[in-house]
Amino acid sequence: MKRMRAWMMRLAGLLRAAGRDRELADEVESNLQMNIDDNLRSGMPPEQARRNALLKLGGVEPAKEAYRDRRSIPVLENLLRDTRFAIRQLRKNPGFTCTAVLVLGLGLCASVAIFAFVDATLIKPLPYRDPGRLVGLFETVQLCPRCPLSYPDYLDWKRLNKVFSALDVFEGTGFTLRTGAGAEMVRSASVTAGFFRTLGVAPMLGRDFRAGEDSPAAAPTVILSYAAWQKRYGGDAAILGKTATLNGEAHVIVGVLPPDFHFAATGESEYWTALHTNANSCYKQRGCHSLHGLARLRDGVSVQAADANIKLIAGELEKQYPSNLGQGGSVIALTELEVGRIRPILIVLLCGAGLLLLIACVNVTSLVLVRAESRRREMAVRTALGGSRARLVSQFVTEAVVLVAASGALGLVSARWLMRLLISLIGPDQMAAMPFLNGLGLNLRVLAFATAAAVAAAALFSITPAWRSFLPDLREGLAEGSRGSAGTTWQRFGAKLVVLELAIAVVLLVGAGLLGKSFYRLLHIDMGIQPEHLATLQIAEPDSIHDDNAKVVALTREITSRLASLPGVQSVGISSLLPVRGGNTMWIRVIGHPFHGEHNEVGYRQVSAGYFTTLGAKLLRGRYFSEADDASKPQVVIIDRALAEKYFPGEDPVGKQIAYSGASSTPMQVVGIVEDIKEGPLDEATWPTLYVAFNQDPDDHFSLVVRTSKSEKALLPTLAAAIHRLDPGISTYEQRTMSDRINSTPAAYLRRGSAWLVGGFALLALLLSAAGLYGVVAYSVGRRTREIGVRMALGAQPGAVYRLILKEAAGLIAGGIAIGLVCSVAAASLLRDLLFGVHAADPETMAAVAVLLGTAALLASYVPARRAASVNPVDALRAE
Amino acid sequence: MDDKPDVWQGTLALMVLKTLETMGEQHGYGIARRIEQTSGNLLSLNYGTLYPALLKLEQEGSIASEWGLSENKRKAKFYRLTRAGRKQLEKEARDWRQATAILARFLSPSGGAA
Repeated sequence: MKRMRAWMMRLAGLLRAAGRDRELADEVESNLQMNIDDNLRSGMPPEQARRNALLKLGGVEPAKEAYRDRRSIPVLENLLRDTRFAIRQLRKNPGFTCTAVLVLGLGLCASVAIFAFVDATLIKPLPYRDPGRLVGLFETVQLCPRCPLSYPDYLDWKRLNKVFSALDVFEGTGFTLRTGAGAEMVRSASVTAGFFRTLGVAPMLGRDFRAGEDSPAAAPTVILSYAAWQKRYGGDAAILGKTATLNGEAHVIVGVLPPDFHFAATGESEYWTALHTNANSCYKQRGCHSLHGLARLRDGVSVQAADANIKLIAGELEKQYPSNLGQGGSVIALTELEVGRIRPILIVLLCGAGLLLLIACVNVTSLVLVRAESRRREMAVRTALGGSRARLVSQFVTEAVVLVAASGALGLVSARWLMRLLISLIGPDQMAAMPFLNGLGLNLRVLAFATAAAVAAAALFSITPAWRSFLPDLREGLAEGSRGSAGTTWQRFGAKLVVLELAIAVVLLVGAGLLGKSFYRLLHIDMGIQPEHLATLQIAEPDSIHDDNAKVVALTREITSRLASLPGVQSVGISSLLPVRGGNTMWIRVIGHPFHGEHNEVGYRQVSAGYFTTLGAKLLRGRYFSEADDASKPQVVIIDRALAEKYFPGEDPVGKQIAYSGASSTPMQVVGIVEDIKEGPLDEATWPTLYVAFNQDPDDHFSLVVRTSKSEKALLPTLAAAIHRLDPGISTYEQRTMSDRINSTPAAYLRRGSAWLVGGFALLALLLSAAGLYGVVAYSVGRRTREIGVRMALGAQPGAVYRLILKEAAGLIAGGIAIGLVCSVAAASLLRDLLFGVHAADPETMAAVAVLLGTAALLASYVPARRAASVNPVDALRAE
Repeated sequence: MDDKPDVWQGTLALMVLKTLETMGEQHGYGIARRIEQTSGNLLSLNYGTLYPALLKLEQEGSIASEWGLSENKRKAKFYRLTRAGRKQLEKEARDWRQATAILARFLSPSGGAA
């Protein structure tokens, strides 16, 4: 207790050191005067009185010293003094300080920002109870390894499985919401009653769906997302019991979900309804797959065991029902489903940012070393005057800590800014698919990471110069104009650092090059269409005509002709789904070919007469659909090249017939073959696809494609307005240009994002390593000024001097590039998942990187070489 | 001079405390003079060594200080014993008496045999 009090007082003493010194002086002085007074009173002459008192007082300085040591804590006081000294030193050299703080701040900024993404995605647990026990369930078929379940299959899986404590299904959907402003399409989801209990999420307001609330007899109810509650109802506290009209049916609002709830698979769904089996005829068919499974593993059951159990059940169902032929099942951890796609990218980015941080550290280390080198004299003098090594080292440490603290502050502030920038670049659609990114921020884990990085950097910057300074005997530093080994050893060490920097830059540049090339290849694959000048939007026709095919066809014709008459519109096409989206599939058989009930799965699109011409597709044989192909005519289909090659090998398909695999389906005549169109994801092989005539098989939800001679972006609002003028009950949504759609597919934006980021890192690495090389060459030139002067005085031409300097630099550059290329081959294997149409060891990219970096590096060394060559020999010889 | 034995440091603090107990509020010079007088001038104190000891006692809370005026109207820093200091004095005096008693017995001619 007593001791603690004393320490507290001493700690406080740190703060008012000067005041305490003065107070002591006053006290000593007053006591001295009292002593003199006494002495005078006892009859001493004034001179002697003073002398006697001073003798009595004894050595004041040791007393003061002891007093000072007692007054505060010497270690801390030294630290404060060191810090003040360090700040003064750093301020005296603003060029060094700014460069070091900026470079290191940059490295910290990049790695902290990327780590924050890694944290939000891979480290922060999903907002469900025990998320590690949640799994997604899929049916697997040939074309689609992660396909939705059919409702009857779901019931069987739920009944037969021995591995799940709960199993539910959900379906992302869109509802037409009747609002004051007209019909609007809102993202929604239908779920079985136990869905939220399986997730372990409870509504923050109201109640969860009750068991049985998903039965056809139950009254329609809905749970709101927090965002919908805020946006559409202004956070109305009395919302429960009110109704929302979805798809023309009143739903009672029974609950509101918590604000941090998200579920990537359904995006930002606003309305969550209990799934009613009578709502959709699809739910009654075993062959109609629209539901995604979500289950919680029983205690002690692994994902693999669950997967095996589901495969077993799927096998049994396959035997039982012909419609399940060729259909397996699979169980995948929910975390894997949510973040599996972005994980490899984040790992690549984190490695990239880490390498950038490393290069920044190396760069600053060499700066610090050069500085330490120029302070050898100072250190030697201080040692000679009795400064202990510990004190000198602590000086280095303090300087490093001050430097790193400044960089850290800069890094954190700019990392926040960078994170915001990156989020804004991601775009709303992609954010909806990655809702976990909303948790992005400078939380404790991110700060801990930043601190660890900073501490490591500080250690590096303090240990290296301290170690370097004491390597050779310090006294050497005192020798006037010392030309000891120190300079050359530093040069060798610095050269090694530069080789390391160049090698890292090569790795980053190769990575960026490969990603960029993949992205380019991806966007320049032959999609079979001309995506420029295409405007697209989604249409949902009014619910009132939902069941009447004739009315749907009539309204669709009306929409098409209205839009076609707009100025600037060249043609209008309709498809059930746009390209690059994947989507529906069908089982077919070819009439006249042997068929044993196997599932010949093909992609499936309902398209209008003008669709292919509008897209700019290529007709290989036959004809396109015409407006006349309607319900009154025999059904006709168009197939793509892939389907023709797969199912009509060596035959001419035109004129042949195709039917759906069901026994009762009517044969349809193939009237044309188109060149393959990328209907599925850009980075997957083209699906064989069957196109049927929209007028013969209409749908009240479809996509519009409009080709224009003008700006397609400017046309979008005009299109929507024209449609609403025709009938305000028609919902339009997802108004986007085709190029925008292609660019924002996951295949494209994930590659684009990573290419840009790694590219940015690589560019910075290039600059930093060039600067590092410049520093080393300039230092070497500075040290060799005299030698160069002698050479020139003896008749060496400037060309020879250039050669002398550049030869040295070229050695370093060649070394760095060679090591970097070898490392990049290993590093590129990390990128494998992200590469498209390019090999990990792509010689073109490597050659380009070698040339680029080589040129930049030679330029960086040319500047000091030029200075060396322009040295005046007389000045050089006189120097020092 | 630099490495004074701890016992000396400890006794100086004890003497300061005792002096303050006897004399009440007192300044550093007064304390030093008093210690010299009490020791019958056997102890010659370097007044400078007193200040660190006073600071230590003050930091530990045994004494408190205040600026005031001396008898001949000089500004001086006065020290007084706190309640904690009084307790410390009691305890240390007891310990010291015990220690000297033990040592005295040791050093007495018959001590070794007993």
